[in-house]
Amino acid sequence: MSRERQINIALVIVLLTVPLWAWIKDEPFTLTLCTRMAILALAGVGLNIALGLGGLVSFGHAVFFGLGGYTMGILASHAQTYSPLMESPFLIEGTKSMPIIWLIATAVSALVAFLIGALSLRTSGVYFIMITLAFGQMFYYFAISWPAYGGEDGLSIYVRNGFPGLNTLDPVQYMVLTYALLGIALWFFSRLANSSFGLTLNAARQSPGRVQAVGIRPFKVQLFAIVISAAITGLAGALFADLNRFVSPTMFSWQTSGEIMIFVILGGVGRLFGPVAGAALFVFLEHQLGGLSEFWHIYLGLILLGVVLFARGGIVGTLAESGLKRG
Amino acid sequence: MSLMLVFEQILNGIQFGVMLFLMAAGLTLVFGVMGLINLAHGSLYMIGAFAAAAVANATGSFLLALAASLGVAAAAGALVEFLVIRRLYNRDHLDQVLATFALILIFSEGTRWLFGSFPLYLDIPDYLKGAVILPGGLQYPLYRLTIILIGLLVAIALYLLIAKTKIGVRIRAGENDREMIAALGVDISKLYTAVFAIGAALAGLAGALVGAVQSVQVGMGEPVLILAFVVIVIGGIGSIKGAFIGALLVGLTEKLGSILLLALLSSFLEPAQAKSIAMMFSSMLIYILMAVVLVVKPSGLYGRRV
Amino acid sequence: MDKAILQVKDVCKSFAGLRASYNISLELYPGEIHALIGPNGAGKSTLIKQISGELRADSGSVYFGNKNISGLSAAKRAHLGLARTFQISSLAMEDTVLQNVMLGALGSRGNVFRFFGPVLHDKELLDRANDALARVGLDQQAAVCTAELSHGQRRQLEVAVALTLQPKAFVMDEPMAGLGGSGSRQLTSLLDKLREEAPILLVEHDMDAVFALADRISVLVYGEVIATGSVDEIRGNLEVQRAYLGEEQ
Repeated sequence: MSRERQINIALVIVLLTVPLWAWIKDEPFTLTLCTRMAILALAGVGLNIALGLGGLVSFGHAVFFGLGGYTMGILASHAQTYSPLMESPFLIEGTKSMPIIWLIATAVSALVAFLIGALSLRTSGVYFIMITLAFGQMFYYFAISWPAYGGEDGLSIYVRNGFPGLNTLDPVQYMVLTYALLGIALWFFSRLANSSFGLTLNAARQSPGRVQAVGIRPFKVQLFAIVISAAITGLAGALFADLNRFVSPTMFSWQTSGEIMIFVILGGVGRLFGPVAGAALFVFLEHQLGGLSEFWHIYLGLILLGVVLFARGGIVGTLAESGLKRG
Repeated sequence: MSLMLVFEQILNGIQFGVMLFLMAAGLTLVFGVMGLINLAHGSLYMIGAFAAAAVANATGSFLLALAASLGVAAAAGALVEFLVIRRLYNRDHLDQVLATFALILIFSEGTRWLFGSFPLYLDIPDYLKGAVILPGGLQYPLYRLTIILIGLLVAIALYLLIAKTKIGVRIRAGENDREMIAALGVDISKLYTAVFAIGAALAGLAGALVGAVQSVQVGMGEPVLILAFVVIVIGGIGSIKGAFIGALLVGLTEKLGSILLLALLSSFLEPAQAKSIAMMFSSMLIYILMAVVLVVKPSGLYGRRV
Repeated sequence: MDKAILQVKDVCKSFAGLRASYNISLELYPGEIHALIGPNGAGKSTLIKQISGELRADSGSVYFGNKNISGLSAAKRAHLGLARTFQISSLAMEDTVLQNVMLGALGSRGNVFRFFGPVLHDKELLDRANDALARVGLDQQAAVCTAELSHGQRRQLEVAVALTLQPKAFVMDEPMAGLGGSGSRQLTSLLDKLREEAPILLVEHDMDAVFALADRISVLVYGEVIATGSVDEIRGNLEVQRAYLGEEQ
């Protein structure tokens, strides 16, 4: 068994034991932290497809996180006021059903990612980073100045949306739901990384000219990667909004894009459990340091700086050390 | 829409643009010469503003405050270049983005820790208060005109620095070929520190100048930083000329865009509707401008193909 | 002679007023190795890029089989069976040797958009990839990370990737570049065997290799073909000697 695999298993054990302990001890706050970790990790798993496998440094993944959040917010707010989204040419009503919200959130994110990706992939390098950032800012300012759904103040949803057969208001049940989705996403990522598509995407990152020379247009592969990546991050956005029962333009902000990136980098770019390790550390630090000092972001900054300068490959990468192999 | 309003907004746009140029010049130089993408440039802007506010409060002198903004930002820039930034020159952009993002966190929280969360105020000195009457009868604040003037002077000075001086020759050589410049026997690490400090000083100056019209607070740098990035991306990264043109374009779009958009929409929509739509889209205009430029010219207006 | 597989007709290309290709015409026939030589800056790489589709010619056309491919993308041209190798190895350095050849096999088979099945368990692709590795003599290195290969082995891998495309013609941009004597001899004998399978348009600086391999040689100087002929004809051509060979030897 490879070193990385051992680390992954250890991580899974810790991340399952903590909530189990919290559940037995009846500590709903810890369960909520675990839920938060799982959702942020899910957003990171999404970004990891574009960034880790594809080498596409998207500084605008908050767009999809926010779109997921607003999909939930808009659908649920219409459902809670019993007013349809639109009546003509056909009737669209709000909904409080998670599966439907998830479906729409991923579809909307994927669609927008297709458009943004098609435009952004005309550029490369720093320009790609910047154009994705610009798209993020567009959505951010749009959300702020669009009064219909709360504008700058955001939008509150009073009751968490429902999932058939579950009481989502029970912290442990909602947590299990997010863990399950994270698990599915991780499984999908590992399959994807080793598939035909993954091989090509990986090669397109390292040598686009080569991919072209064997008869494949890198553009298509990269665009598809962005779409899949966005869909997963969008799903995470919907879950995040449901966790807080609140959405606001902050979900679209460039700091959010930066944070999703941090999960991936802290943990290990392109590594299966990288975003999980990164999100877990982030939530842990946020909670522990936030309790110690008002200025915990200084420590976060120092840790991040240390990882970038001295521990390339992130937590998982550094621990696995032996690892030239990915996935 | 009166012509006077348009004229005033054009001046506002130029003023804003010139200020963005002060920010963008450093960013684009650092990228052009060292290949570094520096998110922490906004922190240097903030540091300049705080230094100016602190000195102005202690001495009452605006000129000393401006000098302090230049000096402190340059020193902070040189220090951070020495400690962190120079380790990033050979890294990929992703590492640079993250490390400098980390620097933002450290600088912002550090400043909050030193100065607290409340904004500081920096006053415009009496001799720059009031308005000037321009030809055509427009009254325009003297201070804003001064900013325009300072910005243009800096632009000229930068042009001369790069076109005519020894350090300028080295900067241009460094942009074209890093190995060649090392072969010329130039101490490259000193050159890099100098370039970084110059960029930092300009950002600090911009922070101080703007701090006098807005408040001086933590987090003031990031919105400007992002606009400065938009500027250099539109202009073509590495090009000072591109940064200047890009800055004016962005400045004018920001200040003129909303009234032009409103005028355009009003021609076929009801006033209330036109106004609400114009409100919604005017804040996005700059980013739409940038996206359009990049889609048409993927390396910006004056950029080299990368 | 048979019909040409690859035909370049009156191709012109200039960059900012500088002439890189001027009225270039040449043919590649089945079974031959056609070498393209010329001093540095003669426009060899520019021509290769126009043939492989990374650059578009300003005027003139490129035919492959009977098809005018001038307007096709590089990916489409590769798909039709025009395989190129790069002057500077452009392999996926983090991947294994096997993964690199698998990519070639995948590209030529198509349907990249499979998201679930582990690609390294795909029997059909594996067979094709291993076959190509065996032919260049890299079968022992299949599991090695490409970054750990020697320079010569990377050149061999370049050729192996091209082989997986089951090409109808090869376009090789200085495959011998940077190879030592033994590496160069090894690759020469490999290319010698390859010509039966698909003809090779060979850009090469290594004159020993060119004279050993080429059936015909074209000489490119300042973007123009100044002579085309057999090895002996080119050796005896005074203009060529003046323009090129004289300064080299």
